[in-house]
Amino acid sequence: MRARVLVRPKEGILDPQGQTVERALPALGFTGVSGVHIGRLIELDVEDASQLPEMCERLLANPLIEDYEIIEDVAAGAPR
Amino acid sequence: MKFGVVRFPGSCDEVDALGAAQRVGDAVLLWHADRDLQGVDAVIVPGGFSYGDYLRAGAIARFAPVMEEVAEFAREGGLVLGICNGFQVLCEAGLLPGALLPNPSLKFVFRQVGLEVVDSDTAFTRAAQPGQRLSIPVKHTTGRYFTPGPVHVVLRYAPGENPNGSQDDIAGVCNEAGNVFGLMPHPEHAVDALTGSTDGLRIFESMRASVDDRVAV
Repeated sequence: MRARVLVRPKEGILDPQGQTVERALPALGFTGVSGVHIGRLIELDVEDASQLPEMCERLLANPLIEDYEIIEDVAAGAPR
Repeated sequence: MKFGVVRFPGSCDEVDALGAAQRVGDAVLLWHADRDLQGVDAVIVPGGFSYGDYLRAGAIARFAPVMEEVAEFAREGGLVLGICNGFQVLCEAGLLPGALLPNPSLKFVFRQVGLEVVDSDTAFTRAAQPGQRLSIPVKHTTGRYFTPGPVHVVLRYAPGENPNGSQDDIAGVCNEAGNVFGLMPHPEHAVDALTGSTDGLRIFESMRASVDDRVAV
């Protein structure tokens, strides 16, 4: 099964990447943009999707500073 | 007294750490894939970019075979010092509280900083005076210390010297038991007057004195 894991900086943790992009958008004329956060996208094939939460807790994310979201059964066509 | 300095693929400060340790005792390199700590009295996890720092700084190195032994050594009360990437590895391994995040500038910072000894009553700072100011270099991109809970602070950046946005100017912390210590500055690069400061020696001298005391008991 193809799965997707989204990893984001936890709320309240300074996200300088997101801030930098948020500041850059108005320079290009895009207004009204706020709350920009930048995280990490991990896609993987797994035989046993029940292992995904533990993979996230132990390696894919650092739960102290990051939240993660698991999306199972990603539609065909996701890059391999 | 014998120090062991861990060498991961991607370590780059292990030779300086070895040299600094050899100013106060014997020291050997410990290869990341070996489970043998060679009977050392203290372990140093040095700076660098272990396993390329892929995913997150220190995230992969914590699973190295040698780190299982280092964790066991720490659980038994052995002294473990983590410098820069070594600090990141010890946090990822859960041997120290907290985590290191990218600098707010997103830039590599490389400069001499002033530090204040917050607690001189630890196995790693006993050769320093309370409140003593130390001059030691930093060089990192991921040095912003964060912890959601209370922590035993050993070193702080002096007022106005915080190079990385660390919470409460924290530069170095130890675990509850007091036998594991991590810091972002590089004491191993401040051991010779030729390069501007010998203040880093206080850390290695402290470890030496702590081990000598244990042996004497």
